[in-house]
Amino acid sequence: MSTTTLPPETNTAVAIARPQITVSNANPPRKGWTSWVTTTDHKKIGIMYMVFAFAFFIIGGVEALLMRIQLGVPENSFVDPQTYNGLLTMHGTTMVFLFVMPMMAGLANYMVPLMIGARDMAFPRLNALSFWLLTMGAAVFYGSLLFSPPEAGWTSYAPLSNLAYSPTGGIDAWIFLIHLTGIASILGAINFCATIINMRAPGMGWSRLPLFCWTILIQSVLVILAFPTIAAAVTLLLTDRHFGTNFFNPTAGGSPLLWQHLFWFFGHPEVYIMILPAFGIISEVLPVFARKPIFGYKAIVASAMAIAFLGLLVWAHHMFTTPTATVILAFFTIGSMLIAIPTGVKIFNWIATLWRGSIVTSAALHFACGFLLLFVIGGISGIMLAIFPIDWQLHDSYFVVAHFHYVLVAGAVNAIFAGIYYWFPKVTGRMMSESMGKLSFWMTFIGFNVTFLVQHSLGLSGMPRRIYEYASGNDWGTYNMISTLGSFLLAAGVILTAYNAVRSLRKGPLAGPDPWKANTLEWFTSSPPPPHNFDVVPRVRSVEPMKDIRRQVERASQPAASDHPSVSA
Amino acid sequence: MGSQSNFSRCGALALALTSALVAGLLLSANALAGAVLPESGGSPNADKISDLYEIVLYVGVVVFLVVAGALIYTLVKFRARNGAVAAQIRGNTRLEVGWTAGAALIIVALVVVTFIALPSIEDPAASGTGGLAKANGNLYAVINQPPPPGGQGLTIDVNGQQYIWRFTYPDRTFSYETMVVPIDTTVILKIRAQDVQHSWWIPKLGGKADAVPGYTNETWFKISKTGVYEGQCAELCGRGHANMVARVRAVTPEQYRSWLASQKKEIAASRRFAASQRTAQTPK
Repeated sequence: MSTTTLPPETNTAVAIARPQITVSNANPPRKGWTSWVTTTDHKKIGIMYMVFAFAFFIIGGVEALLMRIQLGVPENSFVDPQTYNGLLTMHGTTMVFLFVMPMMAGLANYMVPLMIGARDMAFPRLNALSFWLLTMGAAVFYGSLLFSPPEAGWTSYAPLSNLAYSPTGGIDAWIFLIHLTGIASILGAINFCATIINMRAPGMGWSRLPLFCWTILIQSVLVILAFPTIAAAVTLLLTDRHFGTNFFNPTAGGSPLLWQHLFWFFGHPEVYIMILPAFGIISEVLPVFARKPIFGYKAIVASAMAIAFLGLLVWAHHMFTTPTATVILAFFTIGSMLIAIPTGVKIFNWIATLWRGSIVTSAALHFACGFLLLFVIGGISGIMLAIFPIDWQLHDSYFVVAHFHYVLVAGAVNAIFAGIYYWFPKVTGRMMSESMGKLSFWMTFIGFNVTFLVQHSLGLSGMPRRIYEYASGNDWGTYNMISTLGSFLLAAGVILTAYNAVRSLRKGPLAGPDPWKANTLEWFTSSPPPPHNFDVVPRVRSVEPMKDIRRQVERASQPAASDHPSVSA
Repeated sequence: MGSQSNFSRCGALALALTSALVAGLLLSANALAGAVLPESGGSPNADKISDLYEIVLYVGVVVFLVVAGALIYTLVKFRARNGAVAAQIRGNTRLEVGWTAGAALIIVALVVVTFIALPSIEDPAASGTGGLAKANGNLYAVINQPPPPGGQGLTIDVNGQQYIWRFTYPDRTFSYETMVVPIDTTVILKIRAQDVQHSWWIPKLGGKADAVPGYTNETWFKISKTGVYEGQCAELCGRGHANMVARVRAVTPEQYRSWLASQKKEIAASRRFAASQRTAQTPK
């Protein structure tokens, strides 16, 4: 009402920010499923990544629930050992390669170009190739369900994965998956590096790059360094299985330990490949909802770099129980413990970001704080496992299962959910239900802790991981029943968020470009953004360009309003 | 007044609960083995691992309480209220250097404690006076694991196979699944595998040692009380992994000798029987 009476001079301020561009004779955009299959738009590819990943999150979750049902009571016969070993292999591989990594790739695909004010990724067609390679890998891997799924765990240790002990094609399907997702990830990483290094908005120097983009850049470097190793390793495994080589065959002078070194040289950085983007999401969400700048921007970037660097040097802490000299064990113990220092710095910086803020307790903030609290537990149990004499007791027990679920479920999944609640309005143009989100948080938070806290005790009392049954007569039955009950609450919480997302697509209130009063450039454009992202890219003057723009708009409109007191009257 | 007393009541309750928990942890460390501490009570190395774990656990609990307390306090205290304005702080170098150094100090302390405890876990203890006299283990030079002081020890060869453990004693007698050992004697295990990887683990007798085909791994234990100590394979080895159990039966040295003799006799008898079966089946 009042805007209609404003003089034309004040309207031009808005018009300058969004010039009208008229296009004639443009090709009509494709509609329907072909618009998705043929797209090279980073936003559509990002959405496909995220939908794909969430679908596999549900599938991997169902696999986990089947295992929890089997372990709920002693001497259960719900599934047979062959099925159980298939389930644990599919679950681990799915969650790592088909959920967390694609989910992070999807969020990054969608957000990185928007956050740096770019039109698209540097190589849009390569970007589409990455996604379709991933889907082909997933299709072959899950195709193995039709004949015989792999049974050697997501680690596929040789010689168990050699042809003599895994004669079916399941391992080959697993190798295929690793190859295709590996190529997809390497291409994606190169793409992210090129995009972030070359396509930042004017004025966005390295000290103004959003922290999520920083973690994606560092993660991409890790992918480029770590994935070729696993590609080589699975190639050697493939030639061992089918072409007469003996790299991992001890009866012909090969070494099973070589497999472990190659696998974990990739496998440990892989943990940081999954968790660094999670750190980035937390670093974006906390300042927005604390209404404060991030505390110690440079320390957070530096600690992410330190974690990535150290993360490349600690792979053999997965091998403390192998026949290895003490001096080597000591090196890997000290290296692993050093990672606690930059991680601790991050945790303290995040809490300091909240300190003296004006904290808006949104659903996204709930998940981010759940991350902070539970990731610390995963970090502390990680320190315990890093001490190799202690690891001798805890290695390959349920303590380890509890530890990495605290890191990857309480860590990565909480961060992903924080990201979903934070960015859903940008991607879809609609808000998710906040109350349903908070209920989902408490369900997953309680369900998660009921499921996994007790697994520490299971491991301490001697239950090895990857066993399909156990005898009655000790505490294992009680602990396992608690864990199984918790897993269903956790699953219900996840389903609630999935329902919330689907429902909000149609029924959610319209979001507008910047519903959270956020800091970064993706909130400058409309929700959802147009195919070309930005009509104009503003000049970036700080790490919080949107805060500057809001302030500028306020300043521009206030004197104009005071010039015409009659308008407000 | 009302809120004050409420607060102090909550505080007193929290304090009582915390001190009860800490006291419980301190007093009943053995009762809590398996729930909050690793299994122990069979062999000195398992006990020392449990002690080391306990120290790290206390440090970890304190760190967690500090972080969780700071986080929860911040969330409650600085929740958005009408008129509240967020302080625009971008960092504090001294504070950040401070907590980096603090974290580093904790890590250094833990590393020092670990390496002080390490020899008692890794190096075999000396056999006791009540142990097997002149334990006839052929001692061997190793890279990591020194021989037990006094040179007395019993060496047993452990071989993992899908899905059973085979134990070979110094006189080439062997047994499956259950290993019989004399008490008060340092037992040295040479651990191998003949097909896929397995992992030797009896929680009360110390940590794991992977059985990797093509390699020999080593660990040790020394049992002071007779009894049966149970464990199972700890490395996924195939469909029978869950059923690949391992048992150590600790007996007195005399019982060990007589068991060894009878086992030897049984093996010889079954070999003769097998040989007779073979000749009976061989076509003339």
